[in-house]
Amino acid sequence: MSDFLLLAFLFLAAGVAAVPIATALGLGSVLGYLIAGIALSPVLTLLEVDVVSIQHFAEFGVVMMLFLVGQELEPKRLWELRNRLLGLGGLQVAGTTALVAGACIVFGLDWRISLAIGLILAMSSTAIVLQTLGEKGLMRGDGGQASFSVLLFQDIAVIPILALVPLLAIPGAHHAGEDGHGPSMSLVADIEGWQAALVTAGAIALVIAGGMFLTRPLFRYIAKARLREIFVATALAFVVGIALLMTLVGLSPALGTFLAGVVLANSEYRHELESDIDPFRGLLLGLFFMTVGAAINFALLWDELFLILGLTIAVMAAKALVLLILGFGFGLRGSQKYLFGLGLAQAGEFGFVLTSFAVSNFVLPETMAPTLNLIITLSMMLTPGLFIFYERVIRPRFDRPTDRDDDEITEQHPIIIAGHGRYGGIVNRMLLAAGYRTTVLDHSAGQLDMLRTFGINGFYGDATRPDLLTAAGIGEAKLLIVALDDPDQNEAMVHYVHHNHPHVHMIVRAHDRRHVYRLYQAGARDIIRETFDSSVRAGRSAYEALGMHPFEAERLSRAFVDADRHALYELAQVWDPAIPETENPEYIKLARELMTDIELGASGGAFRERTERGWTPPLPQDTEADRQRQTGQRAADPR
Amino acid sequence: MARLLHYAAHPAPSSSQANRAMLRVVRGLEGITQVDLYAEYPRYDIDIAEEQARLLAHDVIVLQFPLFWYSCPALVKEWLDLVWEHGFAYGQGGDKLKGKTLLLAVTTGGPQEAYSAEGYQHFELRTFLTPFEQTARLAQMRFLAPYVFHGALKRDPAAHALGFGTLLGALRDERLDLRAAETTDILTHDTLPLIGIN
Ligand SMILES: Cc1cc2nc3c(=O)[nH]c(=O)nc-3n(C[C@H](O)[C@H](O)[C@H](O)COP(=O)(O)O)c2cc1C
Repeated sequence: MSDFLLLAFLFLAAGVAAVPIATALGLGSVLGYLIAGIALSPVLTLLEVDVVSIQHFAEFGVVMMLFLVGQELEPKRLWELRNRLLGLGGLQVAGTTALVAGACIVFGLDWRISLAIGLILAMSSTAIVLQTLGEKGLMRGDGGQASFSVLLFQDIAVIPILALVPLLAIPGAHHAGEDGHGPSMSLVADIEGWQAALVTAGAIALVIAGGMFLTRPLFRYIAKARLREIFVATALAFVVGIALLMTLVGLSPALGTFLAGVVLANSEYRHELESDIDPFRGLLLGLFFMTVGAAINFALLWDELFLILGLTIAVMAAKALVLLILGFGFGLRGSQKYLFGLGLAQAGEFGFVLTSFAVSNFVLPETMAPTLNLIITLSMMLTPGLFIFYERVIRPRFDRPTDRDDDEITEQHPIIIAGHGRYGGIVNRMLLAAGYRTTVLDHSAGQLDMLRTFGINGFYGDATRPDLLTAAGIGEAKLLIVALDDPDQNEAMVHYVHHNHPHVHMIVRAHDRRHVYRLYQAGARDIIRETFDSSVRAGRSAYEALGMHPFEAERLSRAFVDADRHALYELAQVWDPAIPETENPEYIKLARELMTDIELGASGGAFRERTERGWTPPLPQDTEADRQRQTGQRAADPR
Repeated sequence: MARLLHYAAHPAPSSSQANRAMLRVVRGLEGITQVDLYAEYPRYDIDIAEEQARLLAHDVIVLQFPLFWYSCPALVKEWLDLVWEHGFAYGQGGDKLKGKTLLLAVTTGGPQEAYSAEGYQHFELRTFLTPFEQTARLAQMRFLAPYVFHGALKRDPAAHALGFGTLLGALRDERLDLRAAETTDILTHDTLPLIGIN
C-alpha cells in the first residue's frame, strides 16, 4: 500500500512540478511530462519500479482520449473523412514502411526484419500528437484534421499488423506463444477464422447498438439519482467495458471506444461524459508521458550516442518526407502541410507494443529491441520541439492575411443556453428560428427527452459546474443565456463566468427586482426579469379591455416600463445586500418617491407627462398668435 | 354598390376633435369596411398579406388623417411603404390596384387662406399632397380631390363630419360625380358633386 502511495505521490509531484514550468515556457505539457519522467528515472530505478508495466496501464489514457475525440466527431463527419482516412492514412503507413524497410535492406538486414522495423516505425504517437494539437488549438485546422485521420488509420492498422507480424518469423525459430503484451484472455483464440470474424463483427455491432439504444436509458436512470460520483463511475465503467470487450475479440480498445464516442456524439450526455472522463484521460496520459521519459535507457544511449541519435534523426526525416509528399499530394494548404509533416514525424507508443510483440514472435532479434525502443522514445522526446519549430518559424512565414486557415470548423457553438425551462426554452426557440446553433444544458432528463421529440439537441448536466460549462465550450462562447430555475444558481453562475470568462456576454434570467440587484452585483449587465414583460402585456390588455385605444394603451405601457426601469436603476444605487430593504431608510425613501410617481401618475408627475407629450396640437389662442406673427413677418419680408 | 374601404389614422385619438367626429359618423354607415389603423397596428406590426387582401377586395380606398408636418402620420407612411409593394401596386405585375379609386380626407390646423402662395403655408394644400397623388397615379388608380377640413383646431367639426358621411355614402352608392370630383381642387362638405342633386 505504502509502495503504491509513494509511487502515486512521486508521479503526481513530478508532474505538478514540471508541467506548469514547461507550459509557461511555451513548451507544452507533453515535454513537461517527459522531462519529469527523465528526472524521476533514477529514483524509479532505485526503487526497482517496473516502468513498462506502469506504461501499459497508463496507455489507457490513449483509449480515453480516443473516446473523447470520437465524441467530437459526428458519424456524418467521420463518413466525410473516409477518403482522407484511407488515402492519407493508408499511403502514410505503406510509404513509411517501404522507405524504412528499404533502407534496412540496403544496410544488409533480412527482408523480414526490415519489414517489421518499417511497420513498427510507421506508427506515430496518437497520445503526443492529439494532446499537443488540442492544447495548441491546431486540431480544427486542415493539418490537424489530416493528422487525426492518419492517427486513426494507424490505430486501425495495428490490428492487421499484429496478425501479420507472426508470419514474418524467421523460419526455424520457435514460436513461444507468449508475448508480453498481447491479450491474455481471448474470445477468438481457439476458434475458426470465420467464427472469429463473426464474433468480432458482433462485438463492434454491440458497441454501436449499445451506444445508440442502451446508453440513453441507462444514463437517464443514473441521472435521476443525482449523484455525481455514480455518474462518473458509470462513465468509467462504460469506457473500460468497451475497451475490455475489444481486447477480448482482439481489436484495439482505442478503436472501440472511439466508435462508442462517435455513436454518442449526438447524445445529450455528451458534455457530462466529457467532463467526467477528461480528468482521468489527462492524468493517465500525463503518467504515460512520464513513463516514456523514465524508460529511457541512458546506459545504452551514452554507449552508442551518435549511432542512436543519427538513426533517430534519419527515421524522423524519412517519416517527415513521406508525410510532406502526402501533404502536397492531398492539397493541404499553406503552413498546414508542414504541421502535418512535422507533427507526425515521430514513432509512437504502438511501436513499443509491436516491438515486444515482434520479439516474442521471433521476428526481431532480442538484442535489437532496446535500440528500437530508444529510437522511438527519442523521437517522441523531440516531437514537442518540432511543434515549437512549426509555431515559431514555419507558421509565421505563411501567416499572411491571404493564407489564413479559413476552413476551420467551429464544432463548439458560440451560444450556450443554461436551463431549458419556460424561460431558456423560448430563448432557444427564437435563436433556432433565426438560424443560430445553440448548445443547451439542462439537469432535467425529462426536459431533455421532450426536447428530443422536438428535434432539439440538449445536454444533460448541472450547468453550474464549471467543468461542464467548459466542456460545453464556454471558453469560445460568445453568448451565454443564464436561465436556470433557481435564482441562487443563476447568481452563482453569473459570478463564476464573470470572473473566469469575462468575454462572454451573459443574458440573465432574474426572479424579481431584488434578484436583479444581486445579479448586477455578481457582474451581470443584461438582466431580464422573468415575468415582468408578460405582466406588462397583461396590464396593457387590461387598458384595452377598459376601452383605451390600443395605440394609447401601447404608449402608456411603454412609458410604464421606462419609468419602472428608471426606478429599478435608481434603487439599485441605494440597495445594500447587507441590509433588508425594509430596514434601509434610504431605499425606503427613494422607493416611496419613485413609486408615487408611477402609481399615482394619473394626477400628475413625470410618468403622465411623458405619455401626454406627443401629437399635441397648439391651443387655439397660440395658433392665432402664431398666425399674426407669421403674416406680420411676411408683410415685412421684401420678397 | 361600390365596395368602400375606409382607413382612419390618428396617433392621439383621445385629444382629437375633428378626426374623432368624422370617425364617429363613418362608424354609423352601413355597407363599408372601416379600419382604425393605429388600433389595428399599435406596434406597427403591419400584416402585409392581410392589408393587400383588403385592398383587393374593395373598389374605393379612403385614407383619413390629420395633416402633420404637411404629410400623413407615421403609421400611414409605414403602411404605404409596406403594403404598396413592387409587384402589387406598381412595377412588373403591379396592377392590383388598377382602376380603383383613392380619396384622401385631411384635416389641417392651418386655415384655408394659409394654403396659397400668399398665405403663410406658402403652397397650395394640393402641392403638399402630390406624393399621394402620384402614388395613386403610379398604381393606375383614380385620385379624387381630397376632402378637407381647414382650421381644424378652431372650428366645430360637426358639419364636416356629417358631410363626410354623405360623401362616403355617395361613393358607396355610386352617386358621386367622379369626373367632377377628380377635376376640382378640394372637396368640402358644402361642395360635394353629388349626382341628381344639382
Ligand atoms: C405633430 C403635428 C404636426 C402638425 N403639422 C401641421 C401642418 O403641417 N399643417 C397644418 O395645417 N397643421 C398641422 N398640425 C395641426 C393638425 O393638422 C391638427 O391638429 C389636426 O388636423 C386636428 O385634427 P384632430 O382634432 O382630429 O386632432 C400638426 C399637428 C401636430 C400634432
